[in-house]
Order: sequence, then structure tokens, then C-alpha cells
Amino acid sequence: MSAPSYWALRPSVTRIYAMILRYTYLLKGSWPRILELVYWPTVQLVMWGFISQFLASTSSIIEQAFGLFLSAVLLWDVLFRGQLGVSLSFFEEMWSRNLGHLMVSPLRPSEFIAALLTMSLARTLIGMVPASFLALWFFGYSVYDLGLSLIAFFINLIVMGWAIGIAVSGLVLRWGLGAESLAWGLVFAISPLCGIYYPIEVMPAWVHPISHALPASYVFEGMRVILLEHTVKWDLMLTAALLNGVYLTVGVGIYFAFLKSARRRGSLLQMGE
Amino acid sequence: MSTPVIEVSNLRKTFDQVTAVDDLSLRVESGQLAGLLGGNGAGKTTTIGMILGLVLPDEGSIYVLGHDMARHRYRALPRMNFSSPYVDLPRRLTVAQNLGVYARLYGLSDIPGRIRRFARELDLGAFIDRPVGTLSAGQKTRVAIAKALINDPYLLLLDEPTASLDPDTADWVRGYLEQYQARTGAAILLASHNMAEVERMCSNVLMMREGKLVDEGTPSALIARYGRANMEEVFLDIARGQGWDQVATKKSGS
Repeated sequence: MSAPSYWALRPSVTRIYAMILRYTYLLKGSWPRILELVYWPTVQLVMWGFISQFLASTSSIIEQAFGLFLSAVLLWDVLFRGQLGVSLSFFEEMWSRNLGHLMVSPLRPSEFIAALLTMSLARTLIGMVPASFLALWFFGYSVYDLGLSLIAFFINLIVMGWAIGIAVSGLVLRWGLGAESLAWGLVFAISPLCGIYYPIEVMPAWVHPISHALPASYVFEGMRVILLEHTVKWDLMLTAALLNGVYLTVGVGIYFAFLKSARRRGSLLQMGE
Repeated sequence: MSTPVIEVSNLRKTFDQVTAVDDLSLRVESGQLAGLLGGNGAGKTTTIGMILGLVLPDEGSIYVLGHDMARHRYRALPRMNFSSPYVDLPRRLTVAQNLGVYARLYGLSDIPGRIRRFARELDLGAFIDRPVGTLSAGQKTRVAIAKALINDPYLLLLDEPTASLDPDTADWVRGYLEQYQARTGAAILLASHNMAEVERMCSNVLMMREGKLVDEGTPSALIARYGRANMEEVFLDIARGQGWDQVATKKSGS
């Protein structure tokens, strides 16, 4: 079998670009949408910044590692925004009753997913980069001091967010916009189990296997090791990456299975608000 | 004999034990403007959904432009398009942005030129830079038709294209579609409840009732067969189950 040529790939790239353009028009046309992307990470950061300042005056651990909570809140938002970036872009098609048009265009489901992931990355960066500089300006803390491992943290967290976002989109395909609240609730349901602000060991023993099955748990553990022990544990990042491979495969599998189910049920024609 | 643009064989679809389409077979030939008629729940929208690949049939086969839609629908999709009142275009995007996005999805070249052409032909110029959500029903229909024709499709599926339009706009839309069909030789499958529209536009009419194809022919042939004055009366006969069974008996006996 011959490898796909550049020209064979070109239409695919054009279609992905078309969808990115569609979501960019939407963002550019609505300043409240852009403001919303920046607003929540900033509010979270300011709140945890002041909490950290207060705790630093009473706790030697926080004094030594002032950025513990600030890094945690910024990194958690990568996962949350990554997932929302996929789900909300997908929901736009449902809200505007445009899904039927897309499904009968030459746009393939894999290209649609690629566009959703690209928009998720863009939305996450729009939200996180200003917040990270605000942390530097307001509290003198730079999340970029985490060095190269920050890239590994970011990739692992956003990929986990993507996996959940794709799976949620699949669930909405199957159950309609009634399942929309999953987009907001599912990530928050797992947040206590990821050990964002505390080590997994503080939770009951029966929770540990669940936590160890979540890629984000290894990221937050790795973050604490860097800030408290000044050591980079790449084995934690590798475990998170392997788990993310499984999560992403399952997420995409759920999407395709429910897309087929929606076609079988004939619900793609009527989907919308 | 040339390959039909649409060839549907023994199609069956059931939703929760309700049979929407029952052993349906039909053909639409190149250059034909076919009407798909039937009362509410006759199975027209489900049939169009299955031809488009939006709905998976339980049984039967669908070939569009010679491609098996169960296995190779992405080979047919670039050469077909559709418009339906059940789907909209993104409301917050302008008309030009929407057409630009769809032109790219179909991999078309000279996108600004193409948009200008539709703006001129479909009289979209006055609102080309307005969000679709702010347009009137008539303006939205013209935009939907521009989107449906953006790739110069060889097969166009239209589900009630003139519903909710005033008579003047509806007449204008019909005229434009007839011109497009005459100019390109495309096949059009039109589902409609407007019998005057069907009588004027369609060279072949497919009559559906309870998921089955119960009769087929040119509007004049159907009117003569049912002994009626127009398609409205033929439609009422078929929708109410009056006449078509006798006609079917007569046809099978002849």
C-alpha cells in the first residue's frame, strides 16, 4: 500500500481548517465569549493566590513551596478548559442545529474531532496564558519555573480533558442536550480523586485504586515532587501518558459508537435546542 | 442504460416498533426532478435521511451516484447536498462566513468569487454580512439554498424548500431551482406538501403512505389515473387511503 500523498491529505487539512475558521468566527464575533475564557482562570488564580499568601504566613510547607496551590489551580484549569473546549465547540453545533449539515458534508468524524481538539487547545491557551502572567505580576510566582516538565504536565492534562470531552460529546449525540450537564459535572466529579491540592495518600485506601487509574493524579503528584523536593519524576509522566493513550482511545471509541447509535435511531436530523 | 443517481432497494426502517419505511424501492435518474409526496409520518424525511446517510436503514441498500452509501458514502457526499427545515446554519455567523465555511468543507476553489455569484443570483447582497440569526424566513431560505448549491451538486435533496415562504418568494425559489436543474442537469429529489409546487416542478412523483411507495408517475399521469382534477386531490386520495388501493388493483389487473 502506498503512503498517502500530500495532495491526498490536503482536502482533509482544508476541512479541519474550515471548522477551525467556523469556531474562530464565533469567538471573534462575541467579546463576552473571549472574556469568559479568561475570566474564570483569573478569578480562581487570584483567590488561591491570596489563600497561599495567608497560609504561607502560618505553614512552613507553603512558605517553602508558595506556588503549590497556584500551580495546582493553573494546571487543573488546563484539564477543565481542555475538556470544555471540546464539549462546548461540539455543543455549538447542537445549539445551532447545524450538526445535520456537517454530517452530510465531506467532513469526516476524525476531521471534526481534530478541529474540536485544535479549538480546545486555542481556548485553553487564551484562558491560561494571561492567568499565568497575572500570577507572576500579582504574586511573584512563575508557573514557567516548573521548566520542561510543565510541557509534560500540560500535554497530559489537556489530553485527559480531550478524552473526557470527546466521550461527553458522544453521550450528547446519544442522549441529546439533556446530557449537556455532564460536560460541567463529570470533570468536577473526578477532581477530588486526582489529588489536585493534596497527596492521594490523605484519601481513604479504597479510593487509591481509582485515583491511580486517573492520569491527572500522576501529574499533580509530579508537580508536588518538583515544588517540594525539586526533583523531576519522569516515570510519573510516562504512566500518565500511557493511561492517557487508553483514555483517548476509549473516548474516541465512545464517540464513534454513539454516532453510529444516533444514526441508527435517526436522531441526527432532529438534534438541537 | 446509465447509472441512476439514486437507487434504493428494499429499504426498511423501524423506530421503537413503528415502521417508518417499509420495503421501499425507488430510482431517481440523472436530470430528473422527482417529488417525494406523502402525508405526515409517511416516511419521506426518514427516506431522505437514509439517502443522505444520516439514518442507518435496518434492511435494504442505497446507491447514490453509483456508490454504496453503507460503505462509501464519503465518495458520494462531495457531489450531493441538501436543505431541510430540520437543520439550520450557525445563527451567529454571517451569511458570507457560513458560505465560506461550507465552501471549504467541500474543498472548493475561488471561494470569494463563488460567494459573490450566489449573492448576485440569489439576491443575498443586502444581508451578506449579517448574522444568519437576524434574517427573515425568506432570507434564511435563500441562504439555505445557496448553501445547498455551494458545491454545484449533481444530486440535491430538498425537504420542503418553500415551507413558510410567502407565495412570491416561494415562486422565485421554484424558478431558481428549475433554472439550476435545467442548466446543470442535476437530479433533484424534492419532498413537499405543496401540490401546486409538485405539479409545476416534478417530472416524476413518488407517492408514499405508511412507509411504502404506493404509486409513481408524472403529475399528469397520476391525475388521469385517479380521475382527479389536480395533484391536491390525488394527494388526498392517497393520504386518506381512498382510491389508491382500487387504482393498484386496476393496475395489477390490467
